[in-house]
Amino acid sequence: MSAVLEVDRLTKRFGGVAAVDGCSLAVAEGTVTALIGPNGSGKTTLFNLITGYLRADSGAVAFAGKRVRRPEPTALCRRGLTRTFQQARVFGSLTLVQNMVAAVQQPRRSAFRQAVSRGDRERAVGLLEEFGLARLAGARADQLSFGQRKLLEFATVLMGRPRLVLLDEPTSGVNPVMVETMERHIRELRGRGLTLLVVEHSMPTVMRLCDPVIVLDHGSKIAEGPPAAVQHDPAVLDAYLGT
Amino acid sequence: MRTVTVPGLARGLGFTALFAAFPFVFTESWVVNIGIFTVMYAALATAWNVLGGFSGYLSLGNAAFFGMGAYGEAILFQHISIGSGYRPFWVLPLIGLGVAVAVLPVAWVAVRTRAATFAIVTISMLFIAQQLAFNLHSLTNGAQGLVMPLPPFPNTTFERPFYLAMVAVLALSVLLSWYVATGRLGLMLFAIRDDEDRARGLGVHTTYAKLFAVAISAGLTAMAGGVWAYYIGFIYPQFAVDPLVTIGAVLMAFLGGRGTIWGPTLGALILVPAQQYLAFSEGASELYLVAYAAIFLGVMLLMPRGILPSIADLVAARRSSNGAHRADGPRAEMPEAVT
Repeated sequence: MSAVLEVDRLTKRFGGVAAVDGCSLAVAEGTVTALIGPNGSGKTTLFNLITGYLRADSGAVAFAGKRVRRPEPTALCRRGLTRTFQQARVFGSLTLVQNMVAAVQQPRRSAFRQAVSRGDRERAVGLLEEFGLARLAGARADQLSFGQRKLLEFATVLMGRPRLVLLDEPTSGVNPVMVETMERHIRELRGRGLTLLVVEHSMPTVMRLCDPVIVLDHGSKIAEGPPAAVQHDPAVLDAYLGT
Repeated sequence: MRTVTVPGLARGLGFTALFAAFPFVFTESWVVNIGIFTVMYAALATAWNVLGGFSGYLSLGNAAFFGMGAYGEAILFQHISIGSGYRPFWVLPLIGLGVAVAVLPVAWVAVRTRAATFAIVTISMLFIAQQLAFNLHSLTNGAQGLVMPLPPFPNTTFERPFYLAMVAVLALSVLLSWYVATGRLGLMLFAIRDDEDRARGLGVHTTYAKLFAVAISAGLTAMAGGVWAYYIGFIYPQFAVDPLVTIGAVLMAFLGGRGTIWGPTLGALILVPAQQYLAFSEGASELYLVAYAAIFLGVMLLMPRGILPSIADLVAARRSSNGAHRADGPRAEMPEAVT
């Protein structure tokens, strides 16, 4: 399988602390790859570097076979790389449908067209239906529960027809039923050929969903492989348990 | 095409007709004079709202655009005859367009900042514009100012053409505001207001949207400035580029409900006549400023999001308590609720 995302010796320092330290990894097309590691190991910082929310001190990122010279969120999204955030972020004052339509990739000249076209609305409602949110289509997003916001955020990124989605802790803070729903969606999307890179703290979720698993510690990759193998890797045990 | 609802269209045409009829009903000069400033502030607040209300970028520099429009008009008619007196009104769209384009390079730098920094950058821009007006003697005549030619309008209805020109600027402001709010650009601006980083991550061209909003806001503000310059007749830097013009417009937008179509107009309709009346009744004591602030604070305490969003919230709460929940129906803060 070819790599849709390649990260080469990426480094980011905050003062004297190297949050990401020469990290290299590759994400193969069509996989659900987990990115795990103890708190402060640099997972979210790495996401921010890949998606252009932070500028790396050194290193390179390549997406879909092309080097991204200056990662910038808008441009990357339009090329097919998008993400969700650890704390579900939605447009609170907009309705769910408007949240979804805001993510439709439109050319600049469309600025004065109608905000929500019939086609966009149908697609948005269809996706909301898949995520069990269709009945709330006209409600403001700030009226949703935390779990519903997570689902909405996930559904929203799909409106842009991405090729790779970076999910930052999709199941954290949500109830078990919602976790099951989220896992089902991830499986379905993988089945449709979408590639996902998932930061996740819940090991049962990682074991059920992801292959391969990449482990970070102190900003560097310390292990990579199938979940079962990684689980028993001495370096991983050492990083997590400090033994 | 956008859906023009019958109530929306009726509201738009009704308000325009009411505004236009005003000087024919109240013919006293001083009343029409108050009307001119009320409508001017309604247009300024609506123009400010396109950027400050829709995108959440609190610009404090709109008086610079106002001054550019005023000086544009005054400088132009130092060299050209005003003809029958109506020519200065016909050039207003050109002045608006010129200012909208001229501010883009500076705006491109300004919109790279956010929140308080943006407010500081824009207010600095205002003072730079004022200093330029003081110092570019060959163009602005510095502190001596410029004098606009006196139009040959009859004394009894002298204010009327200025008033109607201001109404035209207001109507254009409201129409453009509605057009932006119901279009993709509006959705982009609302997304920026709620979470700009998230919007960037979803592929929204945030810089482009913000620049568009600045250009629209600047162009409309400059047009109001052009009418003001012609009406006042004497253009001095400290009055043409006056921070109080921006502050007034911002207060009115907040009072009526920023991010709504009609909120800024409503705010102007309350605050400008109140200010004029209090100034008249309290005289030179300047106590009127305290009373003016008290009105503003009172309304903001009772309705912190402004008048129209608060009313929309009440209506929405009543509707939801009745179990009515239309799919993709109007929401409290979106302009559809008040168009």
